[in-house]
Amino acid sequence: MNTGMKVLIVDDYATMLRIIRNLLNQIGFKDVDEAADGTQALEKFKSANYGLVISDWNMEPMSGYELLKEIRGGAHNKDVPFIMITAESKTENVIKAKQAGVSNYIVKPFNAETLKGKIESVLQE
Amino acid sequence: MTDYSRDQVMNVISSVMGKVNSSQAQPLEHIQSELAGLAKTIDDLHDDIMATRSHDVNDKHIPTATDELDAVIGATENASATIMDSCEAIQAIVEKSDDATKSGVFEETTKIFEACSFQDITGQRISKVINTLKDIEATVDNLLNLFGPVNDSDKREAVDTRSEDEKLMNGPQMNGQGVSQDDIDKLLAEFD
Repeated sequence: MNTGMKVLIVDDYATMLRIIRNLLNQIGFKDVDEAADGTQALEKFKSANYGLVISDWNMEPMSGYELLKEIRGGAHNKDVPFIMITAESKTENVIKAKQAGVSNYIVKPFNAETLKGKIESVLQE
Repeated sequence: MTDYSRDQVMNVISSVMGKVNSSQAQPLEHIQSELAGLAKTIDDLHDDIMATRSHDVNDKHIPTATDELDAVIGATENASATIMDSCEAIQAIVEKSDDATKSGVFEETTKIFEACSFQDITGQRISKVINTLKDIEATVDNLLNLFGPVNDSDKREAVDTRSEDEKLMNGPQMNGQGVSQDDIDKLLAEFD
């Protein structure tokens, strides 16, 4: 797995950002950027070339779902692999995310093994 | 407390309306009497609502509950940060160790990191409870406003039936509301 790419992680909980960053570091990803909500993430996304985006869903003012739609509907790097990591585990959420173009979906709480497996999966596609 | 029913109020209103609309002229005194009865019913209802100390729900109970829940989120966030600080420090210490040691330590610290995600889940659940409490606060506020602004003179003091011991049990204190261990030590030293 190519771990040299730039990764953007998005979550409004500082604890969760730190957990994901640590797990990514252990998998081998060292170039990791953080954003606290969709708006902040979109700004960063437009100004860099990320190889992977990992985002929470439930955030203010812009949710992860809105972020996903903005990225997929934009012109810049719109096919970037996008993994949603969220506590929203209803079927309708998963369907909505899939319809919006999510690459994979992880339900919190999750473990390093799951994260690694999903990343491998989306990067192979 | 008086028992009220919606029918009771509606009956008085219907009676007044009936007399006003009646082809036979009704003495003004009858209508005034009915309206006075209605006014008294509403006034009694207002008094009874004040007696239930409903304003306490918004003035005291809900703000206290939301503050406590915010404190839970803050405390678990701080605890998680401390745990993760230690994990990262341990990972840094073993960075140059042999592969077996490093791998074993990283495997275990990863489990600790994974477990720390509880803070995110509990935080989200507690935030939902806080939002529900705020909805209740708004609803109670609307209900109370139906009877006009609540004046301080309307508010009745609650009778505190707690024992002396129970009155002393208000912990854990919020940040800034208690005294530090240093202050306690100094205070105790004054008794020596």
